[in-house]
Parts: sequence; C-alpha cells; structure tokens
Amino acid sequence: MDVISLSVFDLSVAASLLILLSVASLLMNLGLEKRMLLGGIRMILQLLLIGQVLRFLFANTNPLLIACMSLVMLSVAAREVSVRQKRQLRGFSGYWIGTVSMFVSSFSITFLALTVMIQVHPWYTPQYAIPLLGMVLGNTMTGVALASDRLTTQLYEQRGMVEQRLLLGQTWREASSDIRKDCMRTGMVPIINSMAAAGIVSLPGMMTGQILGGTPPVEAVKYQILIMFLIAAGTGFGVICSIWMTSRHLFDSRHRLCLDQLILRR
Amino acid sequence: MKAQPSESSCPEGKSASCLVVDALSFLENGPYSFSVGAGECIGLSGQSGVGKSQLLKAIVDLIPHAGEVYLDGIACSDIPAPQWRKQVALVPAESYWWYDTVQQHFPDLRHLFLSCGWLEQLGFPPDVIFWQVSRLSTGERQRLALLRSLVNEPRVLLLDEPTSGLDPFYTARFEKILLEYQQPRGSAFIWVTHDREQLQRVAGQAYLVEKNGLQDCEPC
Repeated sequence: MDVISLSVFDLSVAASLLILLSVASLLMNLGLEKRMLLGGIRMILQLLLIGQVLRFLFANTNPLLIACMSLVMLSVAAREVSVRQKRQLRGFSGYWIGTVSMFVSSFSITFLALTVMIQVHPWYTPQYAIPLLGMVLGNTMTGVALASDRLTTQLYEQRGMVEQRLLLGQTWREASSDIRKDCMRTGMVPIINSMAAAGIVSLPGMMTGQILGGTPPVEAVKYQILIMFLIAAGTGFGVICSIWMTSRHLFDSRHRLCLDQLILRR
Repeated sequence: MKAQPSESSCPEGKSASCLVVDALSFLENGPYSFSVGAGECIGLSGQSGVGKSQLLKAIVDLIPHAGEVYLDGIACSDIPAPQWRKQVALVPAESYWWYDTVQQHFPDLRHLFLSCGWLEQLGFPPDVIFWQVSRLSTGERQRLALLRSLVNEPRVLLLDEPTSGLDPFYTARFEKILLEYQQPRGSAFIWVTHDREQLQRVAGQAYLVEKNGLQDCEPC
C-alpha cells in the first residue's frame, strides 16, 4: 500500500481551520490570534526545512553530518529548556545543566536502542537515528523544562521554609528533599500518564504515522512500545540529572540557599 | 591560616568565652566583634532595618560574610555548616513549618520537653504534637518553634525578637523556660529585642547594633 500524497490544496484546507480558529479568538478577545498564526507559519517553515535537511541526510549516510544534526537538536532543546524557566540560573549555567542532563539521558538511551534493540547497520543510519533521537529528546526536554522550572520557582517561593530547615542543622539535601522529590514527580508524571492512556485514550503519533505509511499495525505497535520505554527512561533520567545539578548549583558548600543565582525572566 | 581548635586561637585572649565573633562583616555592615561567655546572655537592639537579623544569620553562616566566629575556639569555617548550626542555633522571628502535623517536625521527642513539662508551661496539652500545623496560631507557632530549636540542644541560642507575638503571660513563661534551659547547660544567648524592659530582665550586657559596629548600652 502506498501513502496517498498530500497536495497543496489538502494542506490549505487544514490551514484554513487554524485561520478560522484565529477569527474565533479575535471575536472572543482571547488575544491569541497573533501567536496562533505566527506559530502556524513557524511550524510550516520549520517542517519544510527539516524535510529538506532529512532528505539530504538520508541521501548520504555521513556520521559527521548526523553528529552535527544531533548537536543542533540538542542545543535547540537546551535553549528551549532555559527559555521556559520563569526564574533562570544566572549566566550559562542553566543552559549547560539542560545540555548535560539531556545529553546524558537522551543520547545514551538512543544509542542503546540503535545498537542493542534495533541493531541497524551502521548504527547511525539516519532514518532510524534522527527520528528516534528526536522523539526521546523532545519528550526529555518537556520533562526537564517542567521539573527545573518548578524547582527554581519552589525554592524561590519557599525560601523561608528551606532556610528554616537549614537553620535546624539540616544539610542542603535534607532541606530541599521534599521540593526535589516533588519536582521530579512533576517532570515524570506526564510520560507515566501517557503510558497509561496509550492506545485507549490516545493513539500515539508515531504509531499512527507508521500505520498511515502502510506498516502492519502489530509492527507499528511494537515500535511504539519500544519508543514509549525509551521516552520514559530518557525523561526520567534527564529529570533526575537536571534536578540534582540545578539544586546543587543553588546551594553553596556552606549549605546556604543562593537565590542570587536566579534571575527573573523579563 | 585557619584557626586550630585550641584555646590560643581565640582573638583577644578571650579563651573563656563560649562564642567569639571576630570582625564579622556582610553586605555593607560590620565589622562586628564581640563575645558571649558560657551561661551569659547579651541583648542586641537597634533600629529596624539596621541588620540585626542579618547579623544573626551571618553568625550561623547562613549568609556570605567576612570574618570568623568561634565556638570554644573552634572556627565556624572549620566544621560543616549543618553541624555548626546545630550548636549555634538561630530562632528566626517568623517560624516556618513544612509538614502537616507538629510531630513530623520533631524527629527526636524523647526527653527534652515531656520530662521538663515545657509543653504544659507554654500552654499546650500533651497531644499538641498530633495537631495539624494549620490550626496553630502565630503565637503558638512561635512557642513551638522555640522548642523545636531546643531539640538539638544548641550551645548558643540566637533569638530574633522571640516574644514579639506573645502576650505578657506567655512572654514570662517563655523567659522562664529559656532560663531553665540555660542554667544546667551553661549555654549562651544572644537576644534581639526592642523591648528594653525585657533586655533588663534577661541580658547581662546590651549592645546597640549600628551599621559599622556595636555600641555599648546599659540594659537600663
């Protein structure tokens, strides 16, 4: 079975739905129409661009090019994490923490999947490596951004409580343990929930895509199961890593809470 | 040179003193130098905003500072901060509670209050430890926060306007309990308050805190 190719007309009809929605937003004074249209246009351009990039990458399996591509993906994800923080770490620390924690989790898990589970040759075959990395990285990014945003906000808002615990002679780990646990939960709960809902409430995008592309449903399901596990592990370890590094950064060696390391965005 | 835990390391030869604050400065304040002997209580007063609470925080090493604080000749920077804060405890003006019940904040309930009857003296029934923190009034929290700080049996207690939310009845009880705590242990107190009558009652020596140091003033 071949995929039915979409024409410009088909896409225009889909796009007109968004235009209709922005008109509704205008009428209802939601103030979202500008962002909605801008987001739509951004999405069109970015996806068209990535389509060309992937076509080029798939045509020549060059490990160097693939490495470049994945590093670009990583740095964009790290930037996205730090942009989503209400209170950012001063300087480049937040950016680095995001990069390191996403690199450690997403890259190693994707590598494991390519070499041990899928066993594609060579392991960096872009048709497999790039989409896998993209899915793991994208979900890890969401988790890391959620969790570290909550951590900095909570430490800021509950500084009195944290300092009280330090005053009673608790170490920084003890004083921040409840907050850290709470933030890790925040980062991991979405993926846990989506595992629970997968297949019944929602048909995961990747599986749907494969089925539309003609893959037998059971094969698509097996891939989806693999992806879900990879995403859950990537998100979980990424969140643990970033919470640990961020909280370590916000306490000094004398177990003081250093909120001057945080700056409010805008 | 880091000070060694020996008597000679105390500046100005105040080896008998329990707590020695040596040229402590932070932000635009200081340097402050003073000492509190074992079993003594000194009072600090001064305009609000002058940095009294910050001074106490610097003594417990909760804010960055220059200068050093010694407890029996041992420098603060020579031991881990949590260990220091267990021996030199600050009871802040506002108390914070992070669990649902009172009990969860007292990991170690064995001896201190139950045997001394301090809970009763501060107006609490024995089952107060099972209460929800949310039902405590400000004054009740303040009284319990003192007991919570005493659990570690600190050698030095820094009290930041400890009775500001209490009526005269409980203020008297509060002072009595602190005296009962202090006498057998020979602990040292630094008591920050605006209440000159209270200073007269509790403090042997009183200082006025200013931006650039302390000034003697009689607790009169």
